[in-house]
Amino acid sequence: MTDQQAEQTFPITLSVNGVPRTAEVPARRLLSDCLRHDLRMTGTHVGCEHGVCGACTVLVDGAPMRSCLMFAVSAQGSEITTVEGLADGETLHPVQQAFKECHGLQCGFCTPGFLTTISAVLDDNPEPTREEAVEAVSGNLCRCTGYQNIVASVLRAAEITRERSAVAIDEAGR
Amino acid sequence: MKPAPFTYHAPTTLAEALDALDRVGEDGKVLAGGQSLIPMLNMRLASPAHLVDINGVAGLGTVDVDATGVRIGALARHAQVAGHDAAHSVVPLLRQALQLVAHPVIRNRGTTVGSLAHADPSGEMTAVLSLLGGSMDLARKGAARTVPAAEFFVGPLESCLEPGEMAVSAWFPVPPPRTGTTFREVARRHGDYAMCGVAAAVTLDADQRVLSARTSYISMTATPLVLDLTEAVAGKPFDAADWAAAGQLSADQLDPEPDIHATADYRRHLGVVLTRQALTDAATVAAAQPQGATR
Repeated sequence: MTDQQAEQTFPITLSVNGVPRTAEVPARRLLSDCLRHDLRMTGTHVGCEHGVCGACTVLVDGAPMRSCLMFAVSAQGSEITTVEGLADGETLHPVQQAFKECHGLQCGFCTPGFLTTISAVLDDNPEPTREEAVEAVSGNLCRCTGYQNIVASVLRAAEITRERSAVAIDEAGR
Repeated sequence: MKPAPFTYHAPTTLAEALDALDRVGEDGKVLAGGQSLIPMLNMRLASPAHLVDINGVAGLGTVDVDATGVRIGALARHAQVAGHDAAHSVVPLLRQALQLVAHPVIRNRGTTVGSLAHADPSGEMTAVLSLLGGSMDLARKGAARTVPAAEFFVGPLESCLEPGEMAVSAWFPVPPPRTGTTFREVARRHGDYAMCGVAAAVTLDADQRVLSARTSYISMTATPLVLDLTEAVAGKPFDAADWAAAGQLSADQLDPEPDIHATADYRRHLGVVLTRQALTDAATVAAAQPQGATR
């Protein structure tokens, strides 16, 4: 194997949570591995690596996608949002706050994928019904919680978003 | 689980893509949404030497709608097609079926044409294209051809696409006037591969009597099966037709394989029940269309 050719690599530029990042990756580097290994952002978790569990879900140009089912080279030039990009400084994202309040996590392994997925769902549909909340998380697996508290967290996150915007409007009016 | 190494091609025009596919021949594979292909690469069930990534090709992410049908380009994502109101208004079966394709997050990336090219017998869109009598537009360097659905699917995970060839778009024709459609399936868990799925189209005459009742199936046969069940219900008013008899008529023609998820008998039972339910729904939809409507 000594004469095996070195694998060809490609320079890529991504915007990750608003920060331009560059990496030099082989074409077969999954976006999930690029984030974790090349960019050292380990908030994105890798579970099944074939698109079933949803732990690796990130937002690509605002839409949730499986980072294990994309090559990093295909994401060239995209805006990526990972779980590290949800909070605003010390202020938790409404979905994170809701998971904390509703005990929406236990071991936490699946949580990054739930948080990114739900944040995008609430952007599209700020007032989901319980049925819509179940549908929203149907593509993510959790082996601890039994899902009830996660569904409650989706509904609570919608409430928190409304409360915060009401406060913002109130403060703007003073 | 990591894909085996491959040579990566990133064309930016269709001509470049077809050129690359022509050069690499049977060692090449097209990468569009990748929601079926990349799991196979990750598990090393497939290890093509060359991947031609068409995500950077301009002009393929189209959904074109006119009075005769919907043409979907190779890069149009499932979510984009399902959310397309004009497409929904002329071919409602698209949205009806797309809601059952995997999970919303997969539909954000996966493409409709890609799932057709993948030719999975459990892929909902294969039944939709077959039931509507649609076609696939294929291209290779210097040549193009259009293949009807009935000839496109040749086996499980196998289409008539040849080495060097690429599916450029899929054509879904508008069904005849006074036609209602629906898609029903049973899966172990919502979003999983269905154990059985049925697409149905019922056409009524001006007096709300059944002119035509047709179904197509997923997860039942190696290639999409289309049945014409009209003889069980022909000429009957839509709300008095014996849809259960139409379901029974399907039973003799359904010959599914057993697998770990369902026995052959259970799958056939699902087929009969879903046929009855889907036809009943489709007839109701057809009857609810405004009088004088062209669709």
